[in-house]
Amino acid sequence: MSAATKAIEAGHIWTFPGGIHPPERKDRSNTTPIEVLPLAKQFIVPIKQHSGPVGDLMVTVGDTVKAGQPLTQVGINNALPVHAPTSGTVSAIGPGRIAHPSGLTDTVITIDADGNDEFYSFAPLADYTSLSRAELLDRIRQAGVAGLGGAGFPTAQKLALQRPLDYLIINGVECEPYISADDRLMREHAQTIIDGTEILLHIAGCEKALIAIEANKPEAIAAFEALLPNYPQLALRVVPTKYPSGGEKQLIQLLTGRQVPSRGLPIDVGLVMQNVGTAYAVAQAILNGKPLIERVVTVTGDNIAKPGNYWVRIGTTVAELLNHCGFEPVADSKQEQRVIMGGPMMGFTLPDLDVPVVKITNCILVPSNQELAPAAEEMNCIRCGACADVCPAQLLPQQMQWLAKAKDYDGLEQQNLFDCIECGACAYVCPSEIPLVHYYRKAKAEIRNIAREKAKAEVARERFEARQERLEREKQERLERHRKAAEARKKAQAEAVAQGGDNPQDAVQAAIARAKARKAAQAAAAAKQNQEGDDE
Amino acid sequence: MTVVTALIVLGVLALAFGLVLGFAAVRFRVESDPIVDQIDALLPQTQCGQCGYPGCRPYAEAIANGDEINKCPPGGQATINALADLMGVEAKPLDSAHGEEDVKKVAVIREDECIGCTKCIQACPVDAILGAAKQMHTVIAHECTGCDLCVEPCPVDCIDMVPVPVRPDNWQWDLQQIPVKNVESSH
Repeated sequence: MSAATKAIEAGHIWTFPGGIHPPERKDRSNTTPIEVLPLAKQFIVPIKQHSGPVGDLMVTVGDTVKAGQPLTQVGINNALPVHAPTSGTVSAIGPGRIAHPSGLTDTVITIDADGNDEFYSFAPLADYTSLSRAELLDRIRQAGVAGLGGAGFPTAQKLALQRPLDYLIINGVECEPYISADDRLMREHAQTIIDGTEILLHIAGCEKALIAIEANKPEAIAAFEALLPNYPQLALRVVPTKYPSGGEKQLIQLLTGRQVPSRGLPIDVGLVMQNVGTAYAVAQAILNGKPLIERVVTVTGDNIAKPGNYWVRIGTTVAELLNHCGFEPVADSKQEQRVIMGGPMMGFTLPDLDVPVVKITNCILVPSNQELAPAAEEMNCIRCGACADVCPAQLLPQQMQWLAKAKDYDGLEQQNLFDCIECGACAYVCPSEIPLVHYYRKAKAEIRNIAREKAKAEVARERFEARQERLEREKQERLERHRKAAEARKKAQAEAVAQGGDNPQDAVQAAIARAKARKAAQAAAAAKQNQEGDDE
Repeated sequence: MTVVTALIVLGVLALAFGLVLGFAAVRFRVESDPIVDQIDALLPQTQCGQCGYPGCRPYAEAIANGDEINKCPPGGQATINALADLMGVEAKPLDSAHGEEDVKKVAVIREDECIGCTKCIQACPVDAILGAAKQMHTVIAHECTGCDLCVEPCPVDCIDMVPVPVRPDNWQWDLQQIPVKNVESSH
């Protein structure tokens, strides 16, 4: 065992550069148990709630569905299905507002609940150790489990990567202020999370899992400490409170001292990370046969009368959720009330409240303007360098800002823009209120777009050249056909002449001779006429 | 005598180095991208012919032979700048005689009006229209370059050029914050 591995085993906690300590404000929502949100009358289920392609629709308008019944299916492209959140009738399928910062629409399935909440049965796979990896992965995919930590990457796809693994890391850090969904889940369902972790270990073919929790969650830590002695292959790691220690690359650095290469994946350094919520969802999918149709959502902020955590069915609208939690919009009518999906650092302001809760929604934040000031006007960069000090990826935010404003995309790539995890630490400390992350997101989208266009142009060029080639070939073939036909004709003629038939060539010659004779006769007649005229 | 020796020595050296260099020039030859390929790579490959040449490659050849670089409306200013960079000439504004820069579009056939004449199929420079004589035609949207060449030949005017829709996956982050509406709770 190498010294580095020994240190990991001994529970050494490394550190990562940068980071900030914003006010946590988690105590507003983490003191009460998770409450089950009453069923809404209508649910809006977007068909895309994960990163990657979407599944094909399996229902049509008017169909009755049961809770947990798949609405889209895993196709050949390994798409992730979505499921009906409750029993009822599909009342509409079409474009609808989705939980996306653009406020654009995408295909959503509207389900009118019948109130019975009947479940669609999936057989539990309690004896999972006897099943093959492929079967378990298929169940996880069929259950629609995506990374619940934020990115929504299909869990089965992550686990399907088969490369040597040193550790599975279960991420219970939840470092973003306000959010306490994972905290409450760990306090109340530590056993299920551990069961899920065991399943994940089994599937990944990995020996050991590290469960990481931030030091500001003593109750969650206690819950795990009480259970972990029975599980020698699981180890608890308490990481110091700092934002963004829950970032995948940051947590890997904290727990193992390893750095994920630029544009690489954790598996490149022998690690795989899953969120605690994901581990819970995996346990539900395998042991209870329950697809991912509900999750814990933190509802918090000054303008919420009843902040706390709620079990919310996927597809519940934010309006419904906020009504239940005692939403009090800002009294001052001049100020508009912001509703943020996600936390204060990485979340986005919702365009309206008809947006549904999706698999990656961990928090709905309704702040007053005192606790979270609205975006102020951007001022000039004073080159203080505070952003570079806090960047956890050791980038140069200031430099990247200049390059992004100048649209120097090559320069941005040289500055490793794509290593930016968009944590918002730089924008948080910026004294000039520059929305730095917005510039990076915009530039990233632009660079991706350029790459897409380039790939498309390449295809168009190939198709154009293939077409030119085809046209040229067809032309040659046509000429060749004509030539052959002419040759055949000549040959047939020659044969006909040889057999004593009429030579068409002779007929032509004869016709020419006749025409010449006629012309000569006409010329002679004309000359004669002229002469006669002259004589008169 | 020394002069002769020196001449012989230098001559032999020259020959030796000449052989080495000659060998290296053949053996370690670097295949450089011919300039036409480099220009072609910068052009948007719309194959629309708005530059006056029958496709992007012919225009690339024309530029290599000294034609103006500002005749490509689909590429717009970005392409002109890139070409100016490559050719070492001044970037100029787009020549409006060849058209204006426009949003990206895609051809859509109103299928119930199509009479199946195959004229658009013959006009499409990238074979992005499917169909056969007296059968309905349709555009393979993701292969369409939005070149407009199919619109004119259509005898029944059933082809529309529609802007490529903005979807969440090709959306560009807006620097202007989303206009926040006042939301009321509905008890």
